[in-house]
Amino acid sequence: MHMADALISPAVGGTMWAATAVLTVYSARKLKEEMDDRKVPLMGVMGALIFAAQMINFTIPGTGSSGHLGGGLLLAVLLGPHAAFLTMASILTIQAMFFADGGLLSLGCNIFNMGFFPCFIAFPLVYKRIAASGPKSIFAAALAASIAALGIGALGVVVETVFSAISELTFRTFVLLMLPIHLAIGVVEGLVTASIIGFVSRTRPEIFETDSYSGCPIRSSLPLTGKRNSTKSALLAVVLVAALVGGLLSWFSSTNPDGLEWAVARSSGDADLRSARGKIHNLLAAIQKKIAFLPDYDFRKDQQEQSAVGEKTKGKDDAWPSVSAGTSISGILGGAMSLALAGLIGFGIRIFRRRGRQDGTEG
Amino acid sequence: MSHHLVEVRELKFAYPDGTPALNGVNFRITHGESVALVGANGAGKSTLLLHLNGYLVPQAGSVRIGDIPITKNTLKHVRQVVGMVFQDPDDQLFLPRVYDDVAFGPTNLGLPPDEVKQRTLNALALVGAEHLRDRPPYKLSGGEKRAVSIATVLAMSPSILVMDEPTSNLDPRSRRQLIRLLSEFDHTKIIATHDMDMVLDLCSRAIVLRNGEVAADGAARDILGDLELLDSSGLEKPLRMQGCPICGNH
Amino acid sequence: MRSVESPFSDIGRLDSLAGKKTPIHGVDPRVKVLTTIYFMALVVSFGKYDPAGLAPLIIYPIAVMVIGDIPFGYIAKKLLIASPFVLSVALFNPILDQSPALAVGPFIVTGGVLSFVSIMAKYVLTVSAGLTLIACTGVDAICSALAGMGVPRAFTIQLLFLYRYIFVLGQEAVRMARARALRSFGNKGMGMTAYSSMIGHLLLRTLDRAQRIHLAMLCRGFDGEIRSAEISGLRLWDLLYLAGWSSLFTLLRLYNLPAWLGRELGRLI
Repeated sequence: MHMADALISPAVGGTMWAATAVLTVYSARKLKEEMDDRKVPLMGVMGALIFAAQMINFTIPGTGSSGHLGGGLLLAVLLGPHAAFLTMASILTIQAMFFADGGLLSLGCNIFNMGFFPCFIAFPLVYKRIAASGPKSIFAAALAASIAALGIGALGVVVETVFSAISELTFRTFVLLMLPIHLAIGVVEGLVTASIIGFVSRTRPEIFETDSYSGCPIRSSLPLTGKRNSTKSALLAVVLVAALVGGLLSWFSSTNPDGLEWAVARSSGDADLRSARGKIHNLLAAIQKKIAFLPDYDFRKDQQEQSAVGEKTKGKDDAWPSVSAGTSISGILGGAMSLALAGLIGFGIRIFRRRGRQDGTEG
Repeated sequence: MSHHLVEVRELKFAYPDGTPALNGVNFRITHGESVALVGANGAGKSTLLLHLNGYLVPQAGSVRIGDIPITKNTLKHVRQVVGMVFQDPDDQLFLPRVYDDVAFGPTNLGLPPDEVKQRTLNALALVGAEHLRDRPPYKLSGGEKRAVSIATVLAMSPSILVMDEPTSNLDPRSRRQLIRLLSEFDHTKIIATHDMDMVLDLCSRAIVLRNGEVAADGAARDILGDLELLDSSGLEKPLRMQGCPICGNH
Repeated sequence: MRSVESPFSDIGRLDSLAGKKTPIHGVDPRVKVLTTIYFMALVVSFGKYDPAGLAPLIIYPIAVMVIGDIPFGYIAKKLLIASPFVLSVALFNPILDQSPALAVGPFIVTGGVLSFVSIMAKYVLTVSAGLTLIACTGVDAICSALAGMGVPRAFTIQLLFLYRYIFVLGQEAVRMARARALRSFGNKGMGMTAYSSMIGHLLLRTLDRAQRIHLAMLCRGFDGEIRSAEISGLRLWDLLYLAGWSSLFTLLRLYNLPAWLGRELGRLI
């Protein structure tokens, strides 16, 4: 779920970095106010733990595929949202630096998708609400919050990619590719997170209570004394999330005249919609038609956009090219030459340095 | 001279869950003494040590370092005077470079950068680890880590060195080097340990803890020869003082 | 348990590369960070259909790798390993965008192909720049650079701790996983319950460790205030480095060197 630098436009990258920077400063300030200096080493080692935990794969029963833990929600439950955000940010930073998981420019996006959403949205709005009704609801809380966090995070990746307009993937295709997988990952992560929290609260329940001097390092971030109307607020939270997701999806669909309705209408008429085979069948049929139209649709859209630009291209033929290429043939040639030149320079430097070292001088 | 005094009077401490740990401990250690704190696991050694720098607060009794009682206000001073080295070096080397770890203490004291550098390099030299200054801790051997963790405390220029199981997990050579190193320090030393042979080499005095109380306090030689005392406290004689397994001589 | 251990040895490898002594290693870390960020921003700002314009920029990672004594093969391997996501997204471009853009002899190059090449070129440039930055700077230098540039100390010190304890926790995790694997007699993989209980145990141990670390910090005078060692000032060499590279990048962005080269070549032929 990591964004890559190559798929981002500077505008999107810059915006998300700004948002992340603001959040980082805010979280750091909040932590300072808490004045709990035990959090400093705690965040570091917990981060290292999550990092190590992410390296270990487990198999998901029934599928045989392997899953792994994201950790944002678990950290939020144990450390509170601000510390958890900073911890996730540092984990992602190390991953970006050392494993090129996502790039340094898209780190802002990644921290936002995988830090902000679990710690500042899923944790307070979903987890806390559901968990407030008592210890038995922790399982449901973790599950719901994980699904929410991963779903919104995946959506974030899609939005950022589409707004960057470097990939040709449309919003719909990308969403269809990303969302189901990540919701499933969310289920798995929710289950694992829930059982870890359950384990900890069984073996060391004092961790979730207020400070005691026997050295419990964590202050409570979870109100375990329940409110009885929390089922209502839990439902409300889930509905809110669903509404948000659904709203975004429909907004995007509706800005295109070639929306879902169009695809369905183009089919064999309204009869399908009123058929007794039910809504699911209709939805599937509509999706099927939508995908079938996809390549044509994009091609047509390109032509509409590019016809205005067509005059500016230096093509010999007016009918085509329909894309204003920043590269011409001479450009390709020159590009190859530049690569060769760069390689030669690099080679030359290497020889020069090797000779310098042989002369006994250290480079 | 009284600056280097450790005085514990009627110290009582029980953990919040009720487990009693210390039940009226009394002793007095003077400048330059080298004292071993011995006892079985669970006798209260570590708990006692944690009182010496104010991390744990007694429920009854008192602890004085120098002429100063340990209170909230005197904590910083006490922690500069009493340098504590723990069992697991990985808990004390928490920064990515050895140099940074050793410099952590002096930096926290608010010393100017030149002084920090001076102290750091001195401390590393004292333990023979100058060549390790730029290494990351995970690349150090057990003995090297132990030496560096001692350096991190030495950089604060303490007068009293408190150590918890310093020879544990060391190979024989590293252990020997550590004992030699410690014997060169003139600090007041309080060492909690199971390593009775080290006690014989390093400490003139031994305090035996049993069930949270002082069972004996006197010259190390005498205590280490007292079989009954050792036995009832869950301890044994140093290996060197036990019978030769080959020829059977005592 | 190669899959668990290798990321840590990998980090260790990059870390040891950072310990070398070359002119690049000696440049002030803030300058290196800024140069790399500027480089990446410019790369990313290139047009969608302009892969050739990106080509000369490869000189920056190459120069750093050569002068910084960083093995090419190592960087290349990491580039390959991290490529699947970008590759799979980028591959949609030639599929979805079939509009012709260019004629090379009898072949027609579509816009999709151009944008695909462009994406992959950007990937190679940005990722190699990032990796070489780490390989010649080291995490603690980067952290002090970040702190010097205004990033909150709470974050940078936490980054340092995280980096420090990755190895420790990695080893603990490996040990636990190995012990478990030895008791599972051929059943492939770890189920979710086993995983959760393992992580749960590790978590509790980690909490205890955090407490001990905190104690060690207190013993060395820590009072909540994070103080940093002094950062040395910038030298002329550092400023020259920054100015030199930045001007080169800017020039390459504004003026299309490959197009010019190609035209001159065409004229000669």
